[in-house]
Amino acid sequence: MDLLRLYDSELTSRLLLGTARYPSPAILEQSVRASGAGIVTVALRREGAHLRTGQGFWSLVRSLGVQVLPNTAGCHSVKEAITTAHMARELFDTRRIKLEVIGEVDTLQPDVFGLLEAARLLIQEDFEVLPYCTEDLVVAERLLSAGCRVLMPWGAPIGSGRGLNNVFGLRSLRAHFPGVPLIVDAGIGTPSHAAAALELGFDAVLINTAVAQARDPVAMARAFALAVEAGRAAYLAGTIPVRDMASPSTPVIGQAFVP
Amino acid sequence: MRIQLNGAWRELAAGSSGSMGSTGATAEALPASSPTLAAALRLCGYGEAIVATAVNGEFVPARARGEIHLRDGDRVEVLAPMQGG
Repeated sequence: MDLLRLYDSELTSRLLLGTARYPSPAILEQSVRASGAGIVTVALRREGAHLRTGQGFWSLVRSLGVQVLPNTAGCHSVKEAITTAHMARELFDTRRIKLEVIGEVDTLQPDVFGLLEAARLLIQEDFEVLPYCTEDLVVAERLLSAGCRVLMPWGAPIGSGRGLNNVFGLRSLRAHFPGVPLIVDAGIGTPSHAAAALELGFDAVLINTAVAQARDPVAMARAFALAVEAGRAAYLAGTIPVRDMASPSTPVIGQAFVP
Repeated sequence: MRIQLNGAWRELAAGSSGSMGSTGATAEALPASSPTLAAALRLCGYGEAIVATAVNGEFVPARARGEIHLRDGDRVEVLAPMQGG
């Protein structure tokens, strides 16, 4: 069976789904179910003593029967990320953390230096780190050397919907680390972007805004599930090489009018 | 004494919960000084809510909340599960 392996988890779906920006909790719930995702990402935010919005959200997520992957979204320093990871480990009862250390406010691109430092420290504390990184090969190598066993390179800036901005870089990353689970995280806007990532050999994609902000999030969740399945099947089937010149698909032997 | 609770200043009145605006917390009157984080959470109305805590940027595990004494000006963060990508 073609399973996605992330640390000690084995998953049938190669789609990870974020839980933010849905029109309602009910639409979030239906979207997760329609996506078939086995992992959803969650965050931590300040809780009001009396509103307690987080308690209701947590009840909903637990009812979905999926694994949770907490993130350190919004952290701009190593210290913030590490404190958040500690809080997430207790709150969600998991050693796993999607590590984000944001370095730039317009693009929300990772501070790869802070990311590496935070990853090292958290791995020393027995965390299973899934770092949100760029497609930079050197950064990837350092993160893997630090003990990360999964990488989450961006496709494009978070929420931008631009797809795979640097296909060459992503292809190169895939080729350099053939045995490492790679999840394209951020920037995917359409199911075809997701399919393209899987066709390149990426192991999975993480989608949030493209589903949550679609006109019909539940239908879009289903569309992404189909695209991910198709992209993976295509990768396993082996795509043809790209050529510069035409190559006739119809046999020329026996052709009546030969030029 | 005053603490910063999730970014907002709150008065922890010694020996009283009146200024905390919490409900049902009168039995949890703070000592004249150095309330614990656990006591402050109860007084602020968090009750049995599933939260994670930090004081001055350092994580405080749930099991340690009864041992951490707050000081004037401490920054207390109370976080809960929330939507995320």
